[in-house]
Amino acid sequence: MTRSGFVIANLFRKRVRTILTLLSVIMAFLLFGLLQSVNTVFSSGADFVGATRLFVQARVSFTTPLPVSMVPKLEAIPGVARVAYQQWFGGVWQTNTPLIMFALDPQRYHDVYPEWKMPEAQWQAFEHTRTGLIVGRQLAKQYGWKIGQKIPISSNIWPQKNGSKAWQFDLVGIFDGKDEDWQKRTNLAFIQQDYFDEANQFGIKGRTNFFILKLADGANAEAVSKTVDAMFENSPDETKTQTEKDFNISFVKQIGDIGLIVRWILFAVFFTLLLVVGNTMAQSVRERIPELAVLKTLGFSDGSVLGFVLAEAFALVLAGGLVGLALASLAGAMVEKATGGQFLLKLDVSVWLLGVAAIVLMSLAVGLLPALRARRLRIVDALAGR
Amino acid sequence: MLRQAFAITGLSIRSIPERWAPSLVIVIGLAGVVAVFTALLAMAAGFESTLKATGRHDAAIILRGGSDAELNSAFDRDSTDLIKQEPGIRPGADGKPLASAELMVIAELVRKDDVKSGANVTVRGVEPAAFALRPRLKIIAGRNFTPGVRELIVGRGVLAQFQGANIGQVVRMRGSEWTVVGEFESGDSHESEMWTDINVARSTFGRIGSSSVLAALDEPGGFERLRAAIAAEPRLSMDVLREQDYFSSQTRQFRATIGVLAGVVTVIMGLGAVFAALNSMYAAVAARGKEIATLRALGFGGFPVVVSVMIEALLLALGGAMLGALIAYLLFNNLSVSTLGQNFTQVVFSFKVTPALVVRGLVIALFIGMLGGFLPALRAARLPVTTSLRES
Repeated sequence: MTRSGFVIANLFRKRVRTILTLLSVIMAFLLFGLLQSVNTVFSSGADFVGATRLFVQARVSFTTPLPVSMVPKLEAIPGVARVAYQQWFGGVWQTNTPLIMFALDPQRYHDVYPEWKMPEAQWQAFEHTRTGLIVGRQLAKQYGWKIGQKIPISSNIWPQKNGSKAWQFDLVGIFDGKDEDWQKRTNLAFIQQDYFDEANQFGIKGRTNFFILKLADGANAEAVSKTVDAMFENSPDETKTQTEKDFNISFVKQIGDIGLIVRWILFAVFFTLLLVVGNTMAQSVRERIPELAVLKTLGFSDGSVLGFVLAEAFALVLAGGLVGLALASLAGAMVEKATGGQFLLKLDVSVWLLGVAAIVLMSLAVGLLPALRARRLRIVDALAGR
Repeated sequence: MLRQAFAITGLSIRSIPERWAPSLVIVIGLAGVVAVFTALLAMAAGFESTLKATGRHDAAIILRGGSDAELNSAFDRDSTDLIKQEPGIRPGADGKPLASAELMVIAELVRKDDVKSGANVTVRGVEPAAFALRPRLKIIAGRNFTPGVRELIVGRGVLAQFQGANIGQVVRMRGSEWTVVGEFESGDSHESEMWTDINVARSTFGRIGSSSVLAALDEPGGFERLRAAIAAEPRLSMDVLREQDYFSSQTRQFRATIGVLAGVVTVIMGLGAVFAALNSMYAAVAARGKEIATLRALGFGGFPVVVSVMIEALLLALGGAMLGALIAYLLFNNLSVSTLGQNFTQVVFSFKVTPALVVRGLVIALFIGMLGGFLPALRAARLPVTTSLRES
């Protein structure tokens, strides 16, 4: 019999106990996988954007608009290569599905965001169609929108000149992301700032919520931020400038500290699991003390007896952990499908890596004490049942 | 038979300390489930109670049609004045309609626990009638703002969560400086706001009209009269809502989200706890094999044995549940947190561990205990007497 065969045979000596413990481990790692991936969804939007763009908003709050006339001043700042801007539209599809929708200058936006992939002809069409609308691939897929369709979208903020809040746009383009991170975010919709300015009832013209500065190669993000904010200090249009990454992080933080909630739950789950598996391991070693003594009598060293017990703990947690994480992947994929890609719950590599780390730590935590006990056994005492 | 059951149960419970490790597994396992369940729902309960407390049934909020939230709503001064003249509004002490035009804007403050992140806080410009419309709002430190001056009073929740808005401090908004002169409490979501004079807010933020009008209703029938009159007025396109309904509807999404999270987490953790409980009770039955066989040999029936194992499992579950509820209470009750509300601003609220939640936690734990005790109890009753007695 090989050593690994020996470990597995020992595990399944008390079949019911091992299976029940395994099921507990599976449940714990299923929850771990799901919660960690929720956490990743909320903390993402940060890592992949890099620091090549700055977000300029009104210092008082990004809900207070800034005048588009600031563009030339911003563009004159050394280190700024190009300036785009976007204005929140408050788009609503059908009765109450909010859309992430902005009015913007197509050409500028295209220049600042090369991450969006769309045929050049469609960019041209967007620029030259006053009532043009472009949407991300996910959004188009979700509602079955096709290029050439007229899409009715209402706004919960901006009525048109005639008082109607039901706007209508011509879908002229569908964009996708350059990689998986960006593809995940193709739930956006954009319209022309010029058309918005002309058609809204309040006669609000040339106002926007954000300027997005594309930095020139080698420009210092912090220095440019400071220059921008100093330029508009003490004016009604005081600015707050930060990198796109920092903006995204603090935007998500507004919802609440999701990470903290997830950590608390997982702490409870793993603390419980530690006891459950730890108890199983301790019990199984206690029952086998005479056998372990026999092993030592046969010439197995203290170290290899310790190894046997640790290997049992590891095998148990590893099997349960992998099955649990696999189930979580499956469940996540099902949720993603059921919600039409609206709710992404994918176990990416980082979650799996964290899971494996948790498996190793958990095995050590539950296996070490019983294993040390097995190592310390003195043959005479153990055989005598002392 | 009952006496037999009591006798065996007493015996088994007295022997728990001798095999404490597996029993502890049940207790801690269920404490974990119940603590997580209770804490999550206490968060939803706290959020709901804060927003429910905010609205009055005998007041109406008037927003521009289709705006859903005050932040999106805006209309001019003429409309504001027109609304106040409509029927159905109760007169105030001065004989004029008791109504307050309000302007909602947002200012960013910095969190206390995370200085890097700005958070949106509501700045509400109000008319004097606003205070009569919210009788629960009390200035607890400092004084009220002076109309026409850039002064703010700040809710207690804002002071708890964010920095830079203590009495005497200066808040910068659009290039101008605002002095915080007072702190107020109201026991509702207004505590997450900063208040000032509407006209000062209008001039600073370059706004000419209002976001909403809050009006006291001349009940009974005032709400219907006001709504009908505004609908019939061609110059107005407004939504009229009871203030209470407006705030209650804002809790729906948060409740649903937390409900799904709590449901999924509780089911998965609960299943894990069932398996752990099964394990422990099997171990308990095995440890008592000889004792149970002896009792059976003495003439005790199988049913009392089943009952004793079940009761042991339920008692351990109950102990775990109470421990869990206590942990949730000690760690989270009245913990102040904040999240984004409908207006895209922070709503500060506290966790509320309510008795109803604790009872629900206990019920869940007992259910898990029952599942975990049943199969081992059957096994105990079916143990073959002779082999068990012979086992060493």
